Formats: sequence, C-alpha cells, structure tokens
Amino acid sequence: MPPPPAPAPADAKTKIALDVNGEPVEVAFAPHKTLLEVLREDLSLTGTKHGCELGECGTCTVRVDGMPVLSCLVLALACAGRRVRTVEGMAAGGKLHPLQDAFAELGAAQCGYCTPAFLLAAEALIAGNPRPDRDDIKRALSGNLCRCTGYIKIYEAVELAAARMRGERAEPTPESLYGVR
Amino acid sequence: MASAERGLRVVGKALRKVDAAAKVTGTTKFADDLFLPRMLYAKLLRSPHAHARIRSIDTSQAAALAGVKAVLTGKDLPIPFGILPVSQDEHALALDKVRFVGDPVAAVAATTEETAAAALARIAVEYEPLRPVTDAGDALDHPEPRIHDYGDLGNVHKLIHLEFGDVEQGFQDADLVREDTFFFEGSTHLPMEQHAAVADWSADGKLTLWSSTQTPHYVHRALAKVLELTPARIRVVACPNGGGFGGKSDPFSHEIVAAKLAMVTGRPVKITLTREEVFYCHRGRHPTLMWVKTGVKQDGAITGMHFRSLLDGGGYGSYGVASTYYTGALQTVTYHVPRYKFQGARAFTNKPPCGPKRGHGTPQPRFALEVHLDKIAEQLGLDPAELRLKHLVPPNSITANWLRVGTMGLGRCIEKVVQGSGWKDKFRKLPTGKGIGLACSSYITGAGLPIYWNPMPHSGVQLKCDRGGGVTAFCGSTEIGQGSDSVLAAIVAEVLGLDPLDVAVVTGDTDLTPVDLGSYSSRVTLMTGNAAIQAAERAREIIARHAAAQLDVSPERVAFAEGRVFDVERPERGLTFADAVQLAEAAEGTVGTVGSYTPPPSPGKYRGAGVGPSPAYSYSACVAEVDVDPATGIVRVPKIWIAHDVGRAINAATVMGQIEGSVYMGLGEALMEEMAYRENRNVVHKIPSLLEYKSPTTLEMCDVVTYVVEDPDPNGPFGAKECGQGPLLPVPPAVANAVYDAVGVRIDEVPITPEKVFKALRRKEKGEPGRFGPAGFPDIAWPAPTRVPPPWEGGDGKAVPLTPGASPGTTRSRKPRARARGQ
Amino acid sequence: MLRLPSFTYLQPRTLEEALAMKADAGAEGMYVAGGTDLYPNMKRRHQEPRTVISLMGIRGLGGCETRDGGCAVGPCMTLTDLCSHPTIRQHYDTVAQAAGLVSTPLLRNMGTLGGNLCLDTRCNYYNQTYEWRQAIDFCMKKDGHICWVAPSSPRCWAVSSSDVAPVMVALGAEYVLVGPGGERVVPAARFYHNDGINYLTKQPDEILCRVRLPRPDGWDAVYHKLRRRDSFDFPVLGVATWVQWQPGNGKRETGRVAEARIVLGGVASWPQEVPEAGAALAGTSLSDEAIAAAADAAYRPAKPMDNTDFDLSWRKQMTRVYVSRALAELRRRRSAR
Repeated sequence: MPPPPAPAPADAKTKIALDVNGEPVEVAFAPHKTLLEVLREDLSLTGTKHGCELGECGTCTVRVDGMPVLSCLVLALACAGRRVRTVEGMAAGGKLHPLQDAFAELGAAQCGYCTPAFLLAAEALIAGNPRPDRDDIKRALSGNLCRCTGYIKIYEAVELAAARMRGERAEPTPESLYGVR
Repeated sequence: MASAERGLRVVGKALRKVDAAAKVTGTTKFADDLFLPRMLYAKLLRSPHAHARIRSIDTSQAAALAGVKAVLTGKDLPIPFGILPVSQDEHALALDKVRFVGDPVAAVAATTEETAAAALARIAVEYEPLRPVTDAGDALDHPEPRIHDYGDLGNVHKLIHLEFGDVEQGFQDADLVREDTFFFEGSTHLPMEQHAAVADWSADGKLTLWSSTQTPHYVHRALAKVLELTPARIRVVACPNGGGFGGKSDPFSHEIVAAKLAMVTGRPVKITLTREEVFYCHRGRHPTLMWVKTGVKQDGAITGMHFRSLLDGGGYGSYGVASTYYTGALQTVTYHVPRYKFQGARAFTNKPPCGPKRGHGTPQPRFALEVHLDKIAEQLGLDPAELRLKHLVPPNSITANWLRVGTMGLGRCIEKVVQGSGWKDKFRKLPTGKGIGLACSSYITGAGLPIYWNPMPHSGVQLKCDRGGGVTAFCGSTEIGQGSDSVLAAIVAEVLGLDPLDVAVVTGDTDLTPVDLGSYSSRVTLMTGNAAIQAAERAREIIARHAAAQLDVSPERVAFAEGRVFDVERPERGLTFADAVQLAEAAEGTVGTVGSYTPPPSPGKYRGAGVGPSPAYSYSACVAEVDVDPATGIVRVPKIWIAHDVGRAINAATVMGQIEGSVYMGLGEALMEEMAYRENRNVVHKIPSLLEYKSPTTLEMCDVVTYVVEDPDPNGPFGAKECGQGPLLPVPPAVANAVYDAVGVRIDEVPITPEKVFKALRRKEKGEPGRFGPAGFPDIAWPAPTRVPPPWEGGDGKAVPLTPGASPGTTRSRKPRARARGQ
Repeated sequence: MLRLPSFTYLQPRTLEEALAMKADAGAEGMYVAGGTDLYPNMKRRHQEPRTVISLMGIRGLGGCETRDGGCAVGPCMTLTDLCSHPTIRQHYDTVAQAAGLVSTPLLRNMGTLGGNLCLDTRCNYYNQTYEWRQAIDFCMKKDGHICWVAPSSPRCWAVSSSDVAPVMVALGAEYVLVGPGGERVVPAARFYHNDGINYLTKQPDEILCRVRLPRPDGWDAVYHKLRRRDSFDFPVLGVATWVQWQPGNGKRETGRVAEARIVLGGVASWPQEVPEAGAALAGTSLSDEAIAAAADAAYRPAKPMDNTDFDLSWRKQMTRVYVSRALAELRRRRSAR
C-alpha cells in the first residue's frame, strides 16, 4: 500500500488584491485555496455554494471578468487584479436584480441552493444575448444542475427577466403560475 | 374547515414565498454557511471494506498531529440508534463491525479541514474481512455470515405477509389472469447541498446542533439517546435544507459525531460531507424486485391481486421496515381491488442503507402496477385510459386493506391529460419510434402514524400576536425548499386577514418551536396547516371578542381582511389589526395561542396497518411522449402532461414547482439514475460523483404541461392535499408504456437505458419476446399470513386468528397490535 | 469540502520562464492551463505536483492566426473562444463543433484547447478519491499494481476522453511542442500513445505551444459524440470522420473520395484511427454500401472496456451506428454544397 496523502503543511498566506462585486478587496490565504474557498471562508461571502468541488454540478458558479466560471476550479491566486462577481453583488440599493425578482416571483428558487449559480450564469447569458430563446437558455444553463425545479420555472424566470431588462412590461403567464386549470 | 368556506385572499394565490428574497440573494444560511468563532472542523474515517469485523483501531498517530483536538472511535459512542424503534441498529462510529464501504469508523476534529483529513490517514484500523452480501438475491442465498444479529431470517431483515380476502377465488372469477415481474433500480436523492452540521457545547452543559436535517425532532431524540443527555439540554436547529427529498430524514452519524466532538473539545465543530460521503449516507430508493398477478374481467375490473416485493435494503434498517410495507400499501387506492394479497421482504446487504426517497416505497410498485395494467389493457383490447377510468376507487370509501379514501380526483386527472395530450389521436397511431404512454398514481398526504408510538399531536403551531400588528408563527416544521414556511405564513395570514409578509415564521428549532415530526411523507402542508388554522382561529377569536366590543357588534360579525378587523355588515367600521391586538392584549394580557393536529385514526387494526393510512390521498395522471431511436435504443422524452389532484393549492406557484420538480426526478429515475456497485471489487459504489451519477440537465428535461386539479378534501387545510411526491410516481411507468407504444418492446425495469431497449429490440427481431426485465421472483419462506377480511366481507379491520395448524408459519401475526404501530 | 493539496503556484509570462520554472521544479512540477482537468485530479490525489506552473499568462499561447493557408491556434485559447472564433467557425466548423460538445458551457469558459488535447485518460476505477481507490486496493494508473478493467493486462486501459483530439488526428493537424531542447512538430496522430498511463508522447517538460490546422482545400470532416447526457459527460464514443474529395478536371468535382480517415474517441487509450475504415471509402462516393463497409471496419477494432458509463457491448455496437451516421452527414454536407 502506498503512503497516505501527505498532510497539508500550514502554508504561508499569500495576499492578493482583486475587485469583488465592484469593491476593491485585499485578502490573504493559503496559496492552494480555490476562489470558492476564499470567497466563503476568507471573505464571508457564503452566497456562493458548492455541490461537489470537482466541476461536476455548477453550483459554485461566479463570474470572473464577466465570464461565468466554476469557483471550485479557479485558484484564488489566479484572480489577482480581476473582477469577481457573486450573488451578493446582484441586488443593489435594497432592490432585487430583475433576474432575482423574476426567480422570486415564479418560484424558480425552491431550496435556493443552486440559485446563486443559476442567477450568475443567466446574467452572463443575457449580457451577451438580451433576447435569448428557450433553447439559448437551456444551452447556457446546461452546466448547472438543479434537483428541485425541473428547470422550468428557471427558464420562465430568465425569459421574464430578460424581457423586463429590455424594457418590456412582461408578466408571468397564468399557466406558469397556476397551471392549466 | 370553516375557513375554507369564505372568500380566500391569500390561499390559492401564486404569492412569492416568504423566504424568496433570501433565497435569490444568497442570504439564506444553510448549515455549511455557519462559521462560529474558534470553530473546529471534523472529518469521518470511513470503512474501505464492505463487510468486516474491526480487530483494532490505533488513533495515537492521528491524535499526535499538530492541530488535532480530538479523535473518536465507536467506543466513545456505544449506544445504538436508528430512525425506527424496531431497527436501532446504527452506531455513530462502527463499534465492532463495518457493513458497507463508507461506513463511518472514526472521527477527528482539528483546527482546519485539511488537518482533520491528514489525521484520518494516520488512523490505523485492522479489519477482518467477512463475505459481503452484494444484493437481495445474494442475501437470500447466503444467510451467513449475518450482517446483523437481528432480523426475520438470516440476512433477511423483514418479512411481511398480508391477505385481504381470498385472492385465489378472485383469480378463479377472472376472465384473464396475468403475471409479470419488474425491477426498479435504486436511486439516490442527490440534493445539491451536501449534508452539514455545526455543533456547539456550552459550559453549562447545553448542546446546540445546527444541521441540514428534515427531521429535527428525531435528531433531537437520537442525540439525547446516544449522548445520554436530557433532551431539555439539547437544541436542534434545522437549517433550511439545500434539497432533501427524503435524504436528510434520518439521524446521521455525522450529526452525532459533531455533537460529541463539541462536547469533548468545548469548541464549536463543523462537519460538511463531501459529495462522495453523501452517496454513503444515501437512504435512497430501495432496489426492488416485484412480481404481480392480477385477475380481471373482460371490462378490466380487477377481481384479485397478488403482489410480491423484494427490497435490497443496504447495510442498516433506516426506514426500511416502513419502506417494505409501503411497497404493498397503496396498490389499492387507485383502482378498485376487491381481494388483495401482499408479500414483502427486505434484505440486508453490504451497501449504503436505503430508506425514504420521494415517494417512499411506492414508486416501485406503482411502476409495476401501471405497466402491468397497460399490458392487461392491451390483452383485453381496451384503451388503457378507459380501463382506468372505469374502475376507479370511489371517493369516501375504504379499500380492501382498510385505507380510508376521502376525495378522489383521479378521474379528472386522467381526463385532463388524455384531452391535453391528444391521447386518442396518438395512442397506437404514431409512427414507429414515436410513442405515447399513460400512467396514474396516488400518494399519502402525511403518514397516519408517527415513527415512534405516542398519542401526541403530529404537528404543533404557536402564535404570538405583536402590538405592532405582526404575528409570529412558531412551528417545528422544516423548510427544505418545498415552501413549508410559506404555507405556514399563508395560512396564518389567511385566517387573520394579513399579508403573509406580516407573519414571521420561526421553524425547525427544538428550543423555540412546538414539535412537528418533520418534512417527510408529504405531511407538512396538511398537518402544520391544520395546526396553524387552529392556532390562528383561536387568536382570531380572542381578538374578535375585543374588537366586537369596541365596534359594538357581536363577535360573529367581526371579519379579518387586509390588515383590518371590521364589521362584516358595515366594512367601513373597523380598526387596524394592530389596534385590535392591542385591545385584546390590554384586556387579556399577551395574545398567544397554540394549535395542533393529530390525524384521524385509521380503520385498519391489524399488524402492519400503520403504514398506508393517511388523512388524504393525492392523485396524479401522466402522459409521456417519447422518441425512441431503434438503431441505438436511445429514448428521449420531449413532453409530459401531468395532472395532479392537490385538493386545493395553498400557494399555486409552489404547487407548480413541486409538480414540475417531481416530474423531473421521475424522469431521471425513468431514464438514467442508478445506484451502481462493483460487486467484484468490495461492493464499492461504482460512481459516487455528480458526473457519473446521471442527473438530467436542462438538455434532458422535457417540456411539462401541468394541470392542477382542485377537489378540496375535508381533512386538508382549506382542502389541501400533498403535491411534493405524488407526481413523481406516474412518470417512470408512463415512459415505459410510451416506449412500448413507440417500438413495441417492454422494458420492465427502471431505468430504461438505451442498452435495455436495444437488447429488447434485437430479441424482438429474432422473434423472441421483445422484453427486457427480470426473469422471475425467487422463492422466499414467507411467514403465515395476517388475514384481514376486507370491509365488504364484513370485517372490522382486525386480523382474524389463524386456524391452528392451518399454516406452518410463525405466530408473528398475533403479536399485540401496539407493536405494529409506528412503522 | 474536497480541497486541493498544498503546492506552489507560479505564473510565468514567457515560455522561457515557464521552461526554467519546470526545470527547477523537476518531476514534481506540472503545467496547468484552464485547470479543469488537473485540479479535480489533484483533489482526488491523482496528480500531486508540488509546483504548478500556469501557462495562461504566457503571451503567444492564445489566439489564432492564418498561415500558409492553414491556421495555427494557441492551445491556451478557451474552448468557448475556440467555438466562437470566426476563422474556426468558417473553415474548421468540426473543430468548433467538437469543442462545443466538451463538458458544459462553464467548463468551456475555463478549459482550453490544449487542456482537452492533453486530457488525462479516464477510467471509473481511477477517477475517484484516494479513499475510494483504497477500497479497491488502488489501480496501476495511480498507487496500485493492477488494471482492474483487465486484471491480467500489463498496461493501463484508461480511456482517451477528449472530443477535440480525434478530430485533430482525423484532420491531420500538427502540434508544435517547445521543450528545453527547442521546438519540434508532431503530427497529432503521433502525439498519443495507446497506453492509459503514458498516453502522450509529449515529455513532461514540453509545452504544447501551437496547433496547426491544415489548409481547408477540398476536405470535410464531421464529429459525432455519444454520451448519456448532452452536457457534462465525456464521450463514451467519439467518431471523427474526414474525407478528402477527389479534385475533378476543371471546376467539376468527381464526387468521389480521394482519401478518408476515421478516428474513434472513447474506445481506447488514444484516439483510435481505423485505417481499414478509411480505406473502405477511398474511390467511393460514400454510397450506402461504402458507408456500411467502413462502419463494419470501424466496429471491429473498437474495444470499449467496462470503465466508462454504459454497457461495453452496447458501446461497441454503437460504433457502427455512429460511424454510419457521421459518414451519412458528410455525404449530406457535400450534396448541400
């Protein structure tokens, strides 16, 4: 039998500066830590969740320089000088982001655990494609697993939010809220 | 309930959930989001053996590692526990034996998670491997070595034999008797949140545990038992669960270990399981082999049914005894079954324990029954929708196995999906490769009996009315994403004429909230809801009394709506709710009330009658459309129509979410989800990861058309029945029936993978039966039956004594009835 | 939380710097690009480098330029950028398509072309945590001695699971490698070994610094992928087909195949070219018969093992179906032109 994995030595911390949700931040941490771990454990931003830490579920999605990525597979050290956006940065001035608002309105967040990831992935989608159709949404969110919703309320919420972000006066359909009666 | 008769202002609306803002901003605190000062991190050492005796454990190297604060082994926690009183067979850390790869053996608390992990690698455990039992059939073949030293027979944990009327006579009366065997593979809940717990011990001897649990009350009891603490000094807080689906309903090793480590170190301790460890906690769907024999008349009327199930239980009891009963319980509540016989067995095997997953023990038999009926309909030349519609269980009736059915909306459900899907134009008429299938189901709205026998309520709600007009509702119910906090707020708000956001909810905290048994068995809306109605109506009565005096009208004329309390005949005469509370408080002191709920007693009085009764049964009908590629066997499901009889929707949007989510999980089980093991390699879990355990992505999920059928049930709050589990059940059989419609092969197994379809198609090409499924059902030494005459044979719900010498079995069925309760 | 072991992380700006860092780190140093393959492997203790050298900050390892009518792509281009690059989309749509089928959109935002071409071979006896592997007494790819897929085998049977690599082999792409000894160019086919452990001919200290795609002149290619789910999953079978159409006299083409290559992913420890299948197509106009013959030829050497998703016999059967379908698509593409 091979020797067990080597114990982790108490690594000396490294300090970096980065932009988190529009604010300059300096943070020190052990060099092997992922962005996920630093956000949650060193910056107290626990809105970013985790489901596997292996890049197999999408739950830890954040945006780095606008691009949605998996924070469990990004080294925090690689984020020096970059812009990181988490769910904590979405609502502004006590008002929900239109995506958050639509998720709340349609019940697209059930347990809410995967929700921050879906919100950020959807926000990036709309940033590049203000008028996504259902297939665009399915493809853009195909790297995020949700076990509660069956995704349908999520699609509807993204469509609703995108319409509102385009300035349209959009409302959920009665069928999506009440079913076919 | 009287309230249901009035115009509803909150109930039935698609309101935002009371926790929606927290969920979408990421501020909801899940257990792993808690960080306490000086907190330590714990990790569990797990068994690399499927079945072994522990010879010795040496923890000295681990304890010596810098940063390690405590190390525990089984000897530190020797008292067994388990969710059911009849199977207290778990230890927080294995005492002398391990029973599956992943069984916890030792634990470490250290200053960092990395250090705790490094310490685990320094614990030396000497094992003496034993022959592992790989599946239920293997358990039948190998009674030795036993996995547990209890159980009905060798490695068979539980044997059940129930008989309601003379089934053989039923078969003789039939025009057609058909037998089929089916297999439903095990699957797991896979909540996105990995289980986590944080424990804190204070110097005055009080323990607090925050945990991602669906059942804080049962965790409270287990902690008291294992840690030998008085329950009064233990506080269990159920954090909002990041998905549960039944997987967080047992008390778990990691919860007990975190608590013990906090006690030993005097510091807060957090433990967060890895995804792999979540697979080892499991408690998911039992792999179940089933055999069903049904007699029918030419018109499809069932004359008798005999159902057998064999469950692969894994290494521990968990809810397994109840699961086993459930595989036989609900066959009777959809279509009239005049004579019914059930034989069920659960085996111990050296795999992670199975337990309750969404639908608990009923999706497997439902799959069998609905595919079986599809075959019967075809043999009789009947439309399967018509066959079902013709023989529905009538509302307000009692079934052969003594379940009391109240409202019964299945007929309307079938009509909705048949019409919506264009069934009549499609069934057996679509081109090859395209198919359509129908299936139905029913599920309980809460178990009629608690898990441990007691005569107390199943749910309690306490209300505090504040001078400022706010109301706080305290209840032990647990928010797992299903919206129970919102249901509680909505019901209180409805009764007191408030906006749900003016109702604060405090839930799932054994220090603060009255007991609710937990978020399982689809019980919360009905039971908490009824308790909330009672508490709110009591508060309304107090407030109305004093408002009436102020308004100088009789209390009956006082109405509550839109934050006001007013004269119903002159609505402009009234006062604010806050002012009314102040009047009441001035006159009577602090305004607070309680409400509680106990389900009605079940008419069944036999041993085993404890599983199946419910205050109300929900019903679902499903039509699935499939595309099958005959060259590959790959099945895609573009669309599902689902109708669900929810009694009444408390929050319409939440109901939609539960139904769509159930369809999703049912689709995953139908097509791809599977707990797979390497039998030749120590029975390791083959794929304990989110990559290889296949959960459908956005690209596999089908379109769903949802029909909400409302037929208010007198037992439900405002008529509500469950909707969180039932709609999963018809999905797998509907898909299987659709695959047959598409390509003419029967896949009598779940999941319906391309390999199975491909094999069945090749067999069909060769002129063999176009079927993939189990070959048969093994011989099992069933005990003597518990014979209970069905209601129409003049019984009273009790078992009739066996004729002495008539059957060679045991006397198990004559044990006192009280023992059967709580299963 | 599953965590990384501790290591030193270096971010060189030039190739020279990177090579020097690797020389310093020795055998315990590894290069990383997007990290989507290496970091999960490190968390499961498959690779345990003490020094990790990121290539992402090296100018010159990204981008894509046209040269001699062909195209040279920087291996640090993310798969997302590769899919959307106008030159790739216009002239190498099959590369874009294969890259677009890798894993998930999020992982394609991080993962790179080079990472996918150098993807560690996969096996479900191997892609497990240390503790899980301990329960099976490890395997020869890491920490053990036996290949559990084929216990009597002297070699490891982990599976080549790249989507882009089979396409590169089919296209006849060339990889430019830079090492301490300078630059060398390797045809894609010769970059891979049919061995689950030593699956690359690249030396550990060499850096893949360019991927040269051939001039788009009269050839066409198609990639088909089989997997359980349309996202996340690695291929259990990838079929890359390439045909060079015969030039006709004058403007008219003959509609016949001059040369063809069929390369399978997910069925061996390398992208498995099946020369017999390609040969079966030469001179034909991709008739049904020719396609059937090629599919049959491809089916024979495909040797899926019981170490990925799905039943292995079904996966083998699917080779025929997927090769046929890929070739039929090539034929359609041609007639649609």
